[in-house]
Amino acid sequence: MANNKVIENIVENKYKHGFVTDIEQEQFDPGLDEDVIIRISKRKGEPEFLKNWRLKAFSQWRNMKEPSWQHLKYHPINYQDISYFAAPKNQKDAPKSLDEVDPKLLETYDKLGIPLHERARLAGVAVDAVFDSVSVATTFKEKLSEAGVIFCPFSDAVKKYPEKIEQYLGSVVPQRDNFFAALNSAVFSDGSFVYIPKGVRCPMELSTYFRINANNTGQFERTLIIADEDSHVSYLEGCTAPMRDENQLHAAVVELVALDNAEIKYSTVQNWYPGDENGIGGIYNFVTKRGDCRGKNSKISWTQVETGSAITWKYPSCVLRGENSIGEFYSVALTNNYQQADTGTKMIHIGKNTSSTIISKGISAGFGENSYRGLVKVLPTANNARNYTQCDSLLLGNKCSANTFPYIEAKNNSSKIEHEASTSKISEDQLFYCRQRGLSEEDSVNLIVNGFCKDVFKKLPMEFAVEAQNLLNVSLEGAIG
Amino acid sequence: MIEIKNLTVTVNNKKILDKLNLTVGNGEIHAIMGPNGSGKSTLGQVIAGKDGYEVASGSIKLEGKNLLSLTPEERSLAGIFLGFQYPIEIPGVNNAYLLKAALNAQRVSRNEKEIDAFDFMTLIKDKMKLMQIPETFLSRSVNEGFSGGEKKRNEILQMLILQPKLCILDETDSGLDVDALKVVSSGIKSISNNKRSIILITHYERLLKLVEPDFVHVLSDGKIVKSGNKDLAHELDAKGYDWVK
Repeated sequence: MANNKVIENIVENKYKHGFVTDIEQEQFDPGLDEDVIIRISKRKGEPEFLKNWRLKAFSQWRNMKEPSWQHLKYHPINYQDISYFAAPKNQKDAPKSLDEVDPKLLETYDKLGIPLHERARLAGVAVDAVFDSVSVATTFKEKLSEAGVIFCPFSDAVKKYPEKIEQYLGSVVPQRDNFFAALNSAVFSDGSFVYIPKGVRCPMELSTYFRINANNTGQFERTLIIADEDSHVSYLEGCTAPMRDENQLHAAVVELVALDNAEIKYSTVQNWYPGDENGIGGIYNFVTKRGDCRGKNSKISWTQVETGSAITWKYPSCVLRGENSIGEFYSVALTNNYQQADTGTKMIHIGKNTSSTIISKGISAGFGENSYRGLVKVLPTANNARNYTQCDSLLLGNKCSANTFPYIEAKNNSSKIEHEASTSKISEDQLFYCRQRGLSEEDSVNLIVNGFCKDVFKKLPMEFAVEAQNLLNVSLEGAIG
Repeated sequence: MIEIKNLTVTVNNKKILDKLNLTVGNGEIHAIMGPNGSGKSTLGQVIAGKDGYEVASGSIKLEGKNLLSLTPEERSLAGIFLGFQYPIEIPGVNNAYLLKAALNAQRVSRNEKEIDAFDFMTLIKDKMKLMQIPETFLSRSVNEGFSGGEKKRNEILQMLILQPKLCILDETDSGLDVDALKVVSSGIKSISNNKRSIILITHYERLLKLVEPDFVHVLSDGKIVKSGNKDLAHELDAKGYDWVK
């Protein structure tokens, strides 16, 4: 049928961020042992406690097994074939200002559509850019510091605010949490650190762009965001990588802490290289993200648009410890060609009157495999806990698949948990309706898929909602115009 | 306007339309009546180019142009509008967005400039008033949660915005109460002129009392078995379809 042809066209995904930036790299030889970890720590001039923390994580990781419960198929990862540190060479003495940043790097960000200073100034977005493993430039420092907001590369924070790092690092995602979190704890290279002081509403969106550039490297960022009492912050991360035939590992950890009455909104637009149309290459994205609603009336909201990566394994979660705290998870995950995603969330209700909302939209095209996996857990202490979950899957074509794995554990009788799920194929009647009004088949599919994702897109900050929509269109090029 | 010759259409080898002939001149209003399963809706959908129908023989020409080789969107851009019997819901896509995108697709195909948001709002609000559709409608999703009557009024609204050459309205009158039927028929009348042609597919005479057809055809078993003027509709209403079989 004509429709299949179009869907095949859609599946011809053209990745627009596949270039490699030719700059001098300092890169460790592949391999992982205690010595490598000591070298990373030394190279970054870390205090003793952090080096020991890494070593402890490493010894735990060595006794852990890679998880196998997920609905994903991939070649085994040889952890000794990966280089655990890569950095643009002349970044050794960290840049003091944007003028000191390698112009080629800035060019890269331009290509990515993130001219650091311009965009930051125009959009009022502060950007921290992590290139391979090193944070390159953080814009807007001054305006933020006026407000008392700390937004800096993780490695800077280690030097300037070691007491905060020691207090919070690993307090949300313990080293032993899972295999990939343990690995990250041992070898993490850089990332972002955010602290919002009491009573402060962060004056702008904070944003980080991650870019893997070097060959054979893994990227292991670590992000830590602390929202002190009565504060508010909105944070966005974006990710891209060059096209390469081999798979590259990305294993990040993100920890969020919200104290009394604080709110953190964390948005991700993930566009790592997904591999080619035959499933060759692409990023293995094994990420642990968790937010701790530690204080009463706190709120953590995750919004993610996942269109990239060969493999996506991530479950941004909320631990709802504080009374009346709120956790939210809004997700659009798209798998095309041979991409696979096993993604969802965990909502752990501990405090009284805690509530959570989960809206997940999975889109599969080509041979894509898309699984939602979510846990809603209500502990005996969580009186009157509430959860609402809605999982919708949309299939384009008949070679892809969608799965839903909801887990519900309620140990308090006063809790109320709702789960709704649907799986549908893009409907011929919807397509015909749009085409009868004069829209091309491609524009019609685009319209319908974007409509399907609307509940999630409207949760993104305005300018990124447009970006996310465009990204979705590019990822389904041919039918989602 | 449109010339259908010897049109035979099958679905899964079952004959739905059987050597059907129909010619509609410019500015004419034709009513097609007939019992359930006679092929009325199929005719509309085949003209609009819906997938799933096998055209075994015959031709459909719009202003002399062969329609059968065109995609649904090409037919739409050539001036064909189908008002659906069961307008489908498209969750998350708002009415104003779809309509503006559709109108711009039409304009671009005529080498006209895309309409800007301000002019579009002026245009649509004017037509919405005629169709008695509240403004909140604009931000609602296409047909989602609409009552049967709202869906039908929305179809007519789309027709008024797109200004097609040939309007095919598939049971637009069914499921409407008396007031809604009046609104719908005044919408149809407002767009009717000596160039634009209209095909009304209906079971009942009541719409045809409000929008007077020039010709009435009775479709039965995929064939037009009787044609006449508006009096035929009245006769059918009184005597039932068995009378023409």
